[in-house]
Amino acid sequence: MTRYSAFAVVKNALTGHTGWRAQWPDAEPKKQYDVIIVGAGGHGLGAAYYLAREHGITNVAVIDKGWLGGGNTGRNTTIIRSNYLYDESAKLYDHALDLWDGLSQELNYNVMFSRRGVMMLAHNVHDVQSFQRHVHSNRLNGVDNRWLTPEEAKAFCPPLNISKDARYPVMGAALQMRAGTARHDAVAWGYARAAAAMGVDIIQNCPVIAIRRGPDGAVTGVDTAKGFIGAKKVAVSAAGHTSVVMQSADVRMPLESFPLQALVSEPVKPVFPCVVMSNTVHAYISQSDKGELVIGSGTDQYTSYSQRGGLPLIEHTVAAICEVFPIFNRMRMLRKWGGTVDVTPDRSAIIGKTPVKNLFVNCGWGTRGLQGDARRGACAGAHGGDGRAARAQRALHAGPLPHGAADRRGGGRRRRALR
Amino acid sequence: MLLIHCPYCDETLPEAEFAYAGEAHIIRPADPSTLTDEEWRDFLFIRSNARGPHYERWRHVHGCARFFNAVRDTVSDRFLLTYKAGEKRPDLASLGVAE
Repeated sequence: MTRYSAFAVVKNALTGHTGWRAQWPDAEPKKQYDVIIVGAGGHGLGAAYYLAREHGITNVAVIDKGWLGGGNTGRNTTIIRSNYLYDESAKLYDHALDLWDGLSQELNYNVMFSRRGVMMLAHNVHDVQSFQRHVHSNRLNGVDNRWLTPEEAKAFCPPLNISKDARYPVMGAALQMRAGTARHDAVAWGYARAAAAMGVDIIQNCPVIAIRRGPDGAVTGVDTAKGFIGAKKVAVSAAGHTSVVMQSADVRMPLESFPLQALVSEPVKPVFPCVVMSNTVHAYISQSDKGELVIGSGTDQYTSYSQRGGLPLIEHTVAAICEVFPIFNRMRMLRKWGGTVDVTPDRSAIIGKTPVKNLFVNCGWGTRGLQGDARRGACAGAHGGDGRAARAQRALHAGPLPHGAADRRGGGRRRRALR
Repeated sequence: MLLIHCPYCDETLPEAEFAYAGEAHIIRPADPSTLTDEEWRDFLFIRSNARGPHYERWRHVHGCARFFNAVRDTVSDRFLLTYKAGEKRPDLASLGVAE
């Protein structure tokens, strides 16, 4: 692995940029692995990286039906935050936020994590009460979050409309300064490069058709488009397609897959200093380093695997953005896209064992996948019952549910379009 | 924008008039007090989440306000059929879809 540095940039500049090598090899599958991870997104690649780095397990394959990071990892609106209400969620997401902090140095790959602050707007009395409860709960959990008056919110984010007669009046805001954005592709690429350097095989364009189980019911491997690949353990990290993959192992999941859409504007000069989320009107906005406004929408009401979603939702989101930020009402939008998010009934992630021996799952992150530290969770999962995994479980105050399809932890807010 | 045919109004109308109401043909337990925790879990939370033809309920909320059922392909979002609530679940073969 070529180490990236200022020196490497200068050296390659002077030699006509002919010295750069591929960041990771595109592997062909071997016959047998210790662990197969289904899904090469941020979570799957992260799990592979931490398995190799922290547990020394390098006979690992990460298999994806498309290209690496081409699913929700490359389709989200790059927001990273940890201001969740419940203790378990706050711990899980705050731990993830800690990891984000040193990730660029650790991976020797610039994930462009920018702590620009995430501000969540309160538009009605319920929002005010709910967000203040979040602020108190977060502070008790050692998660930074504070309450802003409308004037303070306006000072922090000047484009905000706080006039009293606004369609969606701003009654205050909760601000998490540690939160921010990151380059979502770079996370997948950074993990892939670092994991591949430790011997992990990354197999792209190879759909997993089914999980195969032996006569004793335990997992023996996966059937793929490139034939059968054996594995001692299989971890599924397939986001919106988790239900489909798990069904092949006869495990039914408490998941539904919904389209979640996002769009970007034409690039403009720096105008928007932070991330603003408005859960009530389903509008999420930040500005990328390229200058595009990155806007997130809510989930569509119907389940779908189309990776598209409907235009009425986009219209609603853009209308809300124009109301809350009138400065943007002449802005032109460049493109929109959709991803497929896997949503659990309580909007909390599922990480851990399944009723099938040697099969593990990491799913249900819904609209919040990028921030989650599933990497570590799946890692603990793939280790099954050994001491390290048990420690990880204790740290997260979670144990297996008596009759859940899988261990559950975290406790998201019961709202639809959070990210 | 989905175009949805309401079997009561017998009109094909834009998605904005309708509300999605989850998977169809999930039968409410006849005697809830006898259910085990596992059966409650399956009834409340476990869904087929089908990739392909999916049986689902819709409500014509800004029209006749009635619930009806539909079969929709969740990959193309194309509706294969809508039918009135209470009607028998059509099998996929009759819709020209491989099961």
